[in-house]
Amino acid sequence: MKDLSMHILDIVENSIKAGAKQVEVELRYADNRQEITISDNGCGMDAEMVKRITDPYTTSRTSRKVGLGLSLLKMNAEQTGGSIMISSEQGRGTTVKAVFMTNHIDCVPPGDLASSLSILMTGNPEVNFVIRLIKDDNVFEVSSDEINEVLDGIPISHPKVGVFVRNMLKEVF
Amino acid sequence: MRDELKGKIKLREKSDHPESMVQIKVSMATCGIASGARETMNYMIDELDSQAIDAVVTQTGCMGYCYAEPTIEVTLPGEKPLVFGNVNTKKASEIIEKYIKNGELVDGIIPDSYETINDK
Repeated sequence: MKDLSMHILDIVENSIKAGAKQVEVELRYADNRQEITISDNGCGMDAEMVKRITDPYTTSRTSRKVGLGLSLLKMNAEQTGGSIMISSEQGRGTTVKAVFMTNHIDCVPPGDLASSLSILMTGNPEVNFVIRLIKDDNVFEVSSDEINEVLDGIPISHPKVGVFVRNMLKEVF
Repeated sequence: MRDELKGKIKLREKSDHPESMVQIKVSMATCGIASGARETMNYMIDELDSQAIDAVVTQTGCMGYCYAEPTIEVTLPGEKPLVFGNVNTKKASEIIEKYIKNGELVDGIIPDSYETINDK
């Protein structure tokens, strides 16, 4: 994965496959540390699965025997001196938190966060996304539910809405 | 944000019938993301918006065609869904101009009867 925004896209796909109806993506910046936390209310995993989940040969997929998303995230986080933490409860949901040390030479760039987050929101109309950015004590938060309320019946997946949401997020990220 | 959004979006008909719009699903699994599906999806959103084509552009998980990523599924109103493979921005442009606007089939369709080695 070439940048952090691709990791976010990838891990959120796991949440959606787990049947989540609400996914929170929090990006927290402090000094040289970037924390990305993705929490969902999907089906969750048992403790045994959580222990094995970063192994590329452990996957819930039935069509393939390989699941690379979390393995690649772990690799990229750890090569910067960071880490990942995964907690989950069956029937309640999963939280994946990845810490990247941004001053490390091997840290992948943030990438196009605005367009990645906007296509998550507009590309998955059945899911409420809560996007939260925390930087220097400033907090920015927006959710799909808020946007849908304003749209009043217009589908969030309409290209016009996609362009608007992306431009709105570009002002923040 | 609320006021700006209401001003920019022309409220045409309420979308009670999404099947009357073109439906596009972009595969966004690890293989797709690594192959550039995000760029494809962004391009489609921008092009459809600039050409004022009513559509819904959503994501889906892996469709099983990892060798041909990025893949997209296009459903025109009243038609069966078609899956296109190796959809970079150039291919996406061709799909919009020929298939979505004119109903003309283009190269690169993945037939639903195609069996990959994993299916055998």
